[in-house]
Amino acid sequence: MNILVCIKRVPATGGRVTLTPDAQEIDTRYLGFTISPHEECAVEEAIRLIEAHGGSTTALTLGPAAAEEQLRDAMAMGIENAILLEIDGREWDPAATAGAIVEAVRARGFDLLLFGNEAADTGDYQVGIRVAHALDLPCVTGVKALEVKDGKAVAKREAGGGAWEVFEVALPAVLTLKEGINLPRYPSLPGRLKAKKKPVERLQPQWQVGALEKVRLKLPTEKEHQVEILGKGPEAAPKMVEILQRLGVV
Amino acid sequence: MTMILGFIEHDRGKLNELSLEMLTFGRRLATQLNVPLQAILIGEAARPLVGRLSSFGVSVLHLAKHERLDEAYAPEAWAQCMVNLMAAANPQIVIAAGSDRGSEVMAHVAARSDLPLAANCIDVQPGDPFTVTRQRWGGSLLDESRLTGAVKLLTVAPHALQAEEVSAGEPMLNEFTPALGDKEFRVRVASRVEAAAGKVSLAEAKVVVGGGRGVGSAEGFKVLEELAGLLGGTVGCSRAVTSLGWRPHHDQVGQTGTRIAPEIYIACGVSGATQHMVGAKGSKRILAVNTDPEATIVAKADWAIIGDLHEVVPALSAEIRKVKSGRG
Repeated sequence: MNILVCIKRVPATGGRVTLTPDAQEIDTRYLGFTISPHEECAVEEAIRLIEAHGGSTTALTLGPAAAEEQLRDAMAMGIENAILLEIDGREWDPAATAGAIVEAVRARGFDLLLFGNEAADTGDYQVGIRVAHALDLPCVTGVKALEVKDGKAVAKREAGGGAWEVFEVALPAVLTLKEGINLPRYPSLPGRLKAKKKPVERLQPQWQVGALEKVRLKLPTEKEHQVEILGKGPEAAPKMVEILQRLGVV
Repeated sequence: MTMILGFIEHDRGKLNELSLEMLTFGRRLATQLNVPLQAILIGEAARPLVGRLSSFGVSVLHLAKHERLDEAYAPEAWAQCMVNLMAAANPQIVIAAGSDRGSEVMAHVAARSDLPLAANCIDVQPGDPFTVTRQRWGGSLLDESRLTGAVKLLTVAPHALQAEEVSAGEPMLNEFTPALGDKEFRVRVASRVEAAAGKVSLAEAKVVVGGGRGVGSAEGFKVLEELAGLLGGTVGCSRAVTSLGWRPHHDQVGQTGTRIAPEIYIACGVSGATQHMVGAKGSKRILAVNTDPEATIVAKADWAIIGDLHEVVPALSAEIRKVKSGRG
């Protein structure tokens, strides 16, 4: 089986987000970067599938030169090959991103193309579906349990209130995964060392003006509010329980 | 004449209430542009919803009828119904709720029509081009973007506004039969696994007792479970906790987990990372129990107790027992 995993480099945001002075980006001076969470699980799922069934894995990202770091992270976990669709600082819209991915992977004969359900930052919910449509492949989104056998994928997703929907599609197929499908492994030190030496294929897709174009970022206005410190340690418990009674939950 | 078309989301006839928020959003836009608001229902199972929708300002309800539509949900078939209707009815804007299914159907519509799609909008200013304000990072950040395209495709961020009824007016019903082939049904729900009965689901719990890295271990959650049990609530946790393998992922509150909306969220040893707060922002009240008075969660809480959760939480449980037995 030949598996592609598409990943995105995003800042590892903590408790507070601040913007650059031109409001074009999150200020990442004090932040690291990571693989967007759903996609990190897609990387793990690809590795598990290959461990179980044999075959090869390729990670792909569209991003700046620095996104090589996330490809190396994926390779440190166990992905064999990497493709970097290297772009400048401009943000590609989801249709253009999908177009560049399609161009790069069309002739490579992947059996399974894995994506995250949505990127942590832009949350566009559409790159996987657009790629599937362009390649005329079936696509199941929001997958949180997956079994692949006999040339087909059985994919489950949550349907609200604890119920699940089950899909069966023939391979080749596109699946968009959600965090929770697995618990991604930590890369081993030998894995990291090996990943450093692996080649990364670099392609430079042609910039396309998107029909959805970012003008600026904005922080949402937060409601002014004051926290009431009830006290220190267990002595504060009676005060809190009084409040719980007032709220009607005790 | 042109119009705005809203996608009414349902699951085997059960309306997703987010559709009512979407119609409210669409109606305001329609008023601003002075065009009618119309909506599409897919499958015969949706017919009983017609009455419910009559007080949301829809002038025409289009009902897609096809024998295979009622067999099982098929995202490409649903999208093709919309593409068919778009060709016939010529909307200038098509909107859906930014739910899982709404996002999925609209992405298929966008791919099939080769149109841009702006997801999770909270504000739309028509013009040439449109200016849209969208949520990023689950709503902890916004972007202002320019949207071009012959037809504007939008999803509305969940809970960005409240659904609002207007005086009832009977919408005209237009039934149509979409052209659907086998290919549109290659992806469809093959079967369902229903929920186990009896468990309070995190999304619907009235009380959530959440734990973060500060809980210290998987065993450390016992005191949280005890408190949740006493309050008839359920236990949640942060992403740090699921990444450490202390709790299953379905307990995670956050951008990549569950969005909660309890009467009170008791957050114990949770730092308050944006990824977590996005999932907790529907909470009506927050109590933070934390050793660090400078933790982000403390500033976002209504009440805070500064101290070790392993001392404070058992004290809360003991106090609740005392109150309950006094009452008994």
